[in-house]
Amino acid sequence: MSTAHTQSPHTTKRKIKILVAKIGLDGHDRGAKVIARALRDAGFEVIYTGLRQTVDQVVAAAVQEDVDIIGVSHHEGSHIYVARKLLEKLREQGAEDIPVVMGGSIPVIDIDTLKAIGIKEFFLPGTPLKEVIEKLETLASQKAALKQ
Amino acid sequence: MDVGGFLGLVERARGGDRRALGRILTFLEDLSVSNAWMVEYLASNSSGKAQVIGITGIPGAGKSSLISRLIKAFRDKGYRVAVIAIDPTSPLSSGALLGDRLRMQDHATDPGVFIRSVTTAGFEGGLSLAALAMIEAFDALGYDKIIVETVGVGQDETTVMDAADTIIVVTMPGAGDDVQALKAGVLEIGDIYVVNKSDKPEASKTYEYMSFVAEKGDIGREGAWRPLVVKTSAVLGMGIRDLVEAVDKHLEYLVGSGDKAARTAKRRKLLIKLLAKKIVLDTLKKVYEEHDQSVGEVAKTLKGFYEESLELVRLAGRKLIEGS
Repeated sequence: MSTAHTQSPHTTKRKIKILVAKIGLDGHDRGAKVIARALRDAGFEVIYTGLRQTVDQVVAAAVQEDVDIIGVSHHEGSHIYVARKLLEKLREQGAEDIPVVMGGSIPVIDIDTLKAIGIKEFFLPGTPLKEVIEKLETLASQKAALKQ
Repeated sequence: MDVGGFLGLVERARGGDRRALGRILTFLEDLSVSNAWMVEYLASNSSGKAQVIGITGIPGAGKSSLISRLIKAFRDKGYRVAVIAIDPTSPLSSGALLGDRLRMQDHATDPGVFIRSVTTAGFEGGLSLAALAMIEAFDALGYDKIIVETVGVGQDETTVMDAADTIIVVTMPGAGDDVQALKAGVLEIGDIYVVNKSDKPEASKTYEYMSFVAEKGDIGREGAWRPLVVKTSAVLGMGIRDLVEAVDKHLEYLVGSGDKAARTAKRRKLLIKLLAKKIVLDTLKKVYEEHDQSVGEVAKTLKGFYEESLELVRLAGRKLIEGS
């Protein structure tokens, strides 16, 4: 059961803030928008930065918005390069505590490599939205626990 | 967070650490009795020199795109610019989709620009306590222009009036005739009116309507600020220089007339009011949780609706006084 969704209006717990990003020359934003809407409906605060962003732009937005999670939707094959650069830039900005997840068309054989780079979760085509929400909630609460 | 930790963050933010500023703003998003001192500290360290520019207007008028153009123009003049972009919270799921910064992402990596999205989170008037607290933070950290973009709800968004130094109302061709423009509400609060999308047909008609709106303030207000009307096209980059000139002119007027200090005082008064409201609501919430149990117990007494509800009021009142 999603805790953000069932959260009673009487609790003052901070909402989960997630940045949904598209990086590079990739025009497929349908998936990103579907996810953004589903997360909004699950009670998340979703920031969508739009198409064709650079890694620097995405990290700058994540830092300024102080998000709990960065979600990258990727469909054009450069996911390993993008992931490596993204995590490098986050470290450079002192923001390596923000977990990064990926979705889209990512070949299963690349997942171990991406995990080694530091990507926390993967949402491949067909993942039920409920599962996405639950995993993101777990990630956010782990990050909050680290901060204490 | 303790005082030392917070002051450390402020120090880092002063040195240009954007991660630290991002963290500070998160604390300000959730002000309560326990951390109200944070905004107190920031306000006592702010110069009051920043120009707070409120931008409001109907949805789809092009506010975010216009702000992106303004950021560029202000940066060319050497100003540091902060943007507080306010988007609505869903009344159904209490979630939010914050899309304003999408149109400003060109400036995301500029070290002289800081953009933060905020939700309305239950506050009426399109302006939240968090946004007011953030204005104090940006002012304390030396930002010259603080742009506040508020939810474009149209006719009834007037609390931005109490928070901004300069109010820009954005409209577009086809958004109603002169009678619409004369209605009380958002169209009487502007210091500057912008007819955006002026490359579209009927732009000059809308410009005339807006000029008529601007005129009506003359009666009995001789010597006061006379609202300016500017035609722009954010997409094509037209009229941006005129808009910046109007914004500068208004700041000159504010400083010259002493209105600037008065507006800062007004903004802080609103902050106190919203903070008090938050504290009352937080206290009420606690009482209400217990209240839910009392409802069940009182209902069992079968004294009748009226007697039972009176009993509930008595219980809630007692808890409010004892519990806070």
